[in-house]
Amino acid sequence: MALIRKKEKREMPALSTSSLPDIIFMLLFFFMAVTNLKETTYRVRITPPQAAEVQKLENKSLIRYIYVGQPLPQYQNSFGSETRIQLNDAFADISEIESYIVNERSAMREEDQNLMTVCIRADKDTPMGTINEIKEALRKVYALKIVYAANQRSQY
Amino acid sequence: MERKKRKVGQINASSMADISFLLLIFFLVTTSMNVGTGLSRRLPPPVPDQQKLKSADVKKRNIFILHITNQDEIIAQGEKTDIHKLRGKVMQFIKNENNDPNLPELITENVPSIGKVAYTKNHVILLETDAEARYQTYIDVQSELVAAYSELRDEFAMKRFGKHYHLLREDLQKAVQIIFSQRISEVQAENIKEKK
Repeated sequence: MALIRKKEKREMPALSTSSLPDIIFMLLFFFMAVTNLKETTYRVRITPPQAAEVQKLENKSLIRYIYVGQPLPQYQNSFGSETRIQLNDAFADISEIESYIVNERSAMREEDQNLMTVCIRADKDTPMGTINEIKEALRKVYALKIVYAANQRSQY
Repeated sequence: MERKKRKVGQINASSMADISFLLLIFFLVTTSMNVGTGLSRRLPPPVPDQQKLKSADVKKRNIFILHITNQDEIIAQGEKTDIHKLRGKVMQFIKNENNDPNLPELITENVPSIGKVAYTKNHVILLETDAEARYQTYIDVQSELVAAYSELRDEFAMKRFGKHYHLLREDLQKAVQIIFSQRISEVQAENIKEKK
């Protein structure tokens, strides 16, 4: 015979949130591991060119960046709209590249000095004259490993 | 005096989640997720000034001249070329399948772990850029050149070993790299004018 159970008033047990911090911490550590801190604030406008064959940049600590492009609108009053070079956080002249590279290289560990790579992050509309001058300057200080920053092109 | 035993109250950990959320959001904002990508290149070491004008001794048939003009036109061997057709032209030049006397000479040489192979050992791709050419065009050309070389390597690996290049053993990959080594030389427009 079916026994009709008397309906009990059941109470929902309180949801335990004690593991929530752990989960969030795990997320946090994941993000800390996969991301890298923004290296600098851009003072120039850079839309990287697109290329079909690109490689991922490895060994971030060995890469030094040279930014090339037109100054952002807020700097155009004082620096004009001509293509400029940015080293670290400041605008620089092409002649300053050599001393910048030498300084950066001497700050590295000795075994890493030969592996230093210079990444040229230039806007896609930069005239080649500027790029060639940068390359000349890099050659002079024997910074021969360079990378042209470019984004993967999906198709033509 | 007798001390009263006190019970330690439980620490309320419910705000812990909020704190770590804050940290998480902070990191999300300050970091950039994108992995940098680019084309790596090796620059030639600097040459002393007195040697600058002395051009390297390369036979004319071994040189493939690519010129990017101020108007972003690509001129390959004196002929205006579309960027899409560039890869085929470069590949044809590097391969020289039919031993054409106008294309670079084939030199038979012993390559470690492959044996005797005839390949265009002395070919040079000369890339000239005018000062007003756009960087994008230059990168397009560079990437097409890289693509041409990797396509040639893959083709060779398929023909010889029936495998894709990236699946080959490491020593074979090295050997294929020797056969199709990137020989790209860059000249600035000013230097060429000096020569003329």
